[in-house]
Amino acid sequence: MTQKTYIQSYITIQNNEIVLNGDSIFKIEPTDFADFSKQAYRHFEIQYPKFFKMDALSKLAFLGSELLLSPLVSADQENNIALVLANKSSSLDTDVKYQESISDKDNYFPSPAVFVYTLPNICLGEISIRHQLKSENTFFIFDAFNTEFLSNYSNILLNTNKADVVLCGWVEFFNDSYKAFLCTISKEENTKYKNENINTLYNK
Amino acid sequence: MIREVYITETNCITPLGFDVPSNISAIVHGDSGIQRHEDASLMPVPFYASIISNEKINAAFEKISSTKYSRLEKLMILALEPIIKNSKVALNSKTAFILSTTKGNVTALKVDSEENFNNAHLDVLAQNVADFFQFKTQPIVVSNACVSGILAVSVAKRMIQSELYDNIFIVAGDEVSEFVLSGFNAFQAMSDSPCKPYSKNRTGVSLGEATAAVLVSAEGEKAKIKVIGDSSINDANHISGPSRTGEGLFRSIQNALQEAQINASQIDYISAHGTATPFNDEMEAIALNRLDLQKAPINSLKGFYGHTLGASGLLETVIAIESVNQNMLFESKGFDEIGVSETINVIHKNEEAKIKYFLKTASGFGGCNTAVVFEKVKHELH
Repeated sequence: MTQKTYIQSYITIQNNEIVLNGDSIFKIEPTDFADFSKQAYRHFEIQYPKFFKMDALSKLAFLGSELLLSPLVSADQENNIALVLANKSSSLDTDVKYQESISDKDNYFPSPAVFVYTLPNICLGEISIRHQLKSENTFFIFDAFNTEFLSNYSNILLNTNKADVVLCGWVEFFNDSYKAFLCTISKEENTKYKNENINTLYNK
Repeated sequence: MIREVYITETNCITPLGFDVPSNISAIVHGDSGIQRHEDASLMPVPFYASIISNEKINAAFEKISSTKYSRLEKLMILALEPIIKNSKVALNSKTAFILSTTKGNVTALKVDSEENFNNAHLDVLAQNVADFFQFKTQPIVVSNACVSGILAVSVAKRMIQSELYDNIFIVAGDEVSEFVLSGFNAFQAMSDSPCKPYSKNRTGVSLGEATAAVLVSAEGEKAKIKVIGDSSINDANHISGPSRTGEGLFRSIQNALQEAQINASQIDYISAHGTATPFNDEMEAIALNRLDLQKAPINSLKGFYGHTLGASGLLETVIAIESVNQNMLFESKGFDEIGVSETINVIHKNEEAKIKYFLKTASGFGGCNTAVVFEKVKHELH
């Protein structure tokens, strides 16, 4: 009863560049992620001021999902798009910053606005809010991108009708080093990537 | 035909005991792990929390290993060790290992060194625990805030149904740390007395620490319970507060019931999240009323264990399974006068009850929610 599923679109964000379905759509001179993400936000004319309150991991996941989901999501109907993301460093980039805010007892300023981002799944919440996705979401951690697992798990969600589309991928951010690879998968036939799988696309 | 999925082994390590029978006996007696602590290394002011004593952990751990492990790793190994041994399941390519946690070894960040930083990684924590038992498959870490423990059951069920694995061991665990205490305190979410889920005078959470472990299996011969429906739907509303309408929880329960092919009226017991924050408990009451589940007996075990974050969903499932198999509803400790705007049937005192179906729910930061429906297993007498 297992139905075949197809990769519909994919996006890679790394080294100051965004590549959508194999085409470079945004590239700038080397800079830090804060600057890169701000420039990308402006370049794609995204109107979402909450973006600037997010931590770096959420910004990274947000930018990738924005470009993949915007053509798919319509405001006047339910969009059953599951979110299945993974990384290695969890929310450690923000965890380390939060830890610094409580380590020095003479300079003890735990901030709720920072603390909330000390969870890797917050980026799933941000994407869900942005696209109004009342859908399945899970965040996994692996030592490296486990494409086989994520692909299997996405297929389970599609084959058990828990989702119509799955946005799955890898969003890794630590200390200004980043890589995002996201793709949309569904049962709708798409021969464009028939000789590819998540692993080959990720390593392109 | 989709495979049936069971939980066949359970265990938990908490301040109330280092196995399931001792925990149940403490709950029956009304004991709580929550105590007042004065420990400046954890909080500048005194606080209430449910904390496991280091002496007990080390005494128990010495019996199984002399290798150096972090405190949380010891607690996780202690939870898994007897069930792996007892199950006699071969740790081969068809046996997976899921570790679920909210913050893992975050305490390692306190002292700045490369080794400590490495140990704060959740994949390193999972590999350390996996290597102790020599699992052959790569560990899977679920880190989805406070639904992690119960979401892991849902993930395991799905993977067994798809026949990727035949057996999946899950361990869930979190510690009380300065990191988490300061964060909940910064949110002004901490109770100044032991937490009182669903009560009028509730003022917030008491944090707790625990580990729990289960074996999820396609083999039902020794089943303690059957897993029959599950769903995890995001509120899509706010990253640090629940939806006022309980939308994500409502939809999660609705989907789980639908998959289980039962009606809300057939639910005999709800083991809910009940953190005792004003907004969470109110949201749950609203979601349950929207589903016509307001008459089902409900408890939160946070009054016994505090909020054990990523461990809570699995720990509370382990206790709920005992409720079902011992035909006993346990009191929702700390509850006095109803303090949510819509009616729910909070369990006042321990009582006998026949339970066929029960529902476990959890909700957490990021707008996440999980609901899982379980069915009692009737064992044929040979």
